[in-house]
Amino acid sequence: MSFWEFANPKKFMDWTTPVVPWMAGLSAVFLAVGLIWGFFFTPDDFRQGSTVKIIYLHVPAAFIAINAWIMMLVASLIWLVRRHHVSALAAKAAAPVGVTMTVIGLATGAIWGQPMWGTYWAWDPRLTSFLILFLFYLGYMALWAAIEDPDTAADLTSVLCIVGSVFALLSRYAVLFWNQGLHQGASLSLDAEENISDVFWQPLVISMAGFVLLFIALVLLGTRTEIRLRRAKALSARAARA
Amino acid sequence: MIALLRRDLTLAVRAGGGFGLGLAFFLIVVILVPFGVGPERELLTQIAPGILWVAALLAALLSLDRIFALDWEDGALALLATSPLPLEGVALIKAVAHWLTTGLPLAFAAPALGFFLNLTPEGYVPLFWSVLIGTPALSMIGTFGAALTVGLRRGGLLLSLLVLPLYVPTLIFGAEVARRGAEGLAYSTPLILLAGITAGSLALLPIASAAALRVNLR
Repeated sequence: MSFWEFANPKKFMDWTTPVVPWMAGLSAVFLAVGLIWGFFFTPDDFRQGSTVKIIYLHVPAAFIAINAWIMMLVASLIWLVRRHHVSALAAKAAAPVGVTMTVIGLATGAIWGQPMWGTYWAWDPRLTSFLILFLFYLGYMALWAAIEDPDTAADLTSVLCIVGSVFALLSRYAVLFWNQGLHQGASLSLDAEENISDVFWQPLVISMAGFVLLFIALVLLGTRTEIRLRRAKALSARAARA
Repeated sequence: MIALLRRDLTLAVRAGGGFGLGLAFFLIVVILVPFGVGPERELLTQIAPGILWVAALLAALLSLDRIFALDWEDGALALLATSPLPLEGVALIKAVAHWLTTGLPLAFAAPALGFFLNLTPEGYVPLFWSVLIGTPALSMIGTFGAALTVGLRRGGLLLSLLVLPLYVPTLIFGAEVARRGAEGLAYSTPLILLAGITAGSLALLPIASAAALRVNLR
């Protein structure tokens, strides 16, 4: 049993049929626990008041927004190297999820920024690079939508994803040069001695796990839909020939 | 390669439109800005480097879809693909031809138009250098975008959507050089970074462009 067996659409469909409801269910449980715990059972921050609680949406959404692009990059590379259709379709399915998460990250950040920074939007490096990431997602999805032949579309979007990754990274550091930031440092990191305080940390990790599971469930679901669409097209093409 | 370059340049100059149009567009955008923001000299001085850079970027964008479109329609691109010159070389030459017809004239026009925007005297030289060094990256990135969208019937708008986010780092460093120069600060750091982006684009993007062209020619 190797990982590459999932490149077979039949195997992929068989395996994911029971997995998707489980992922969705687990994600709902984690999100419910994390968000309810976070919203109702943690103390208000001593300077930020109750606005601190938006962190349970903002940080996980931002985390997924970036990692969805990385997942698309890996899937695109797999498609270019090994020509597995499921991989290309997974990259296609991840883009709408990623762009939604980017919007959630930007919107929750703006809602939090108004009382805290006194402005909805500032041209801060992190905010700006997120906005650029949003544009990259839009371009990627527009290219998928514009090309009719599915293999050509998969090839070209993969090339765009790779080039876009380089430029997204470049933009990330270019904006640092351009403007110094208002946004605080990372809320969670593995090598930091002290992260945010434990009362906030535990529900945050749970809701992040919920977001990750939600992402996996949505991408699997999207990929399954794409595979079914391909099958339907193949069937109708066959019917038209007969 | 030289023959291809000469052919592209001749086509660009003789066909009309492409060559002078970018410059005229640049001129109009720059002239429109004072109508939009008002004629206060201090304000114009402050925004001149940024406006000139954004206008240069838009002018470069304007002629991108012509890079491959004509060769695609009459089949010349398929011939080029079978020629001994690798497609990577074709992409690079196309970008160079685009730069010679848009970027290079823009580099000379930008300081001249800085005059209208009340650019400070120290600003002219750095503005010239930043446009001269930055526009090859714009042409190369644009060639990549054009290669991606060459097979599409109405690729123009999509091309802008794809290419403009890729232009962000170049714009940041280019405008920074011009701004620092205009304020009389040292500008060698962003200029070197800008040159780095140009060099990196010229080295790597022909490969990506050629890959996209091969997919489209398949």
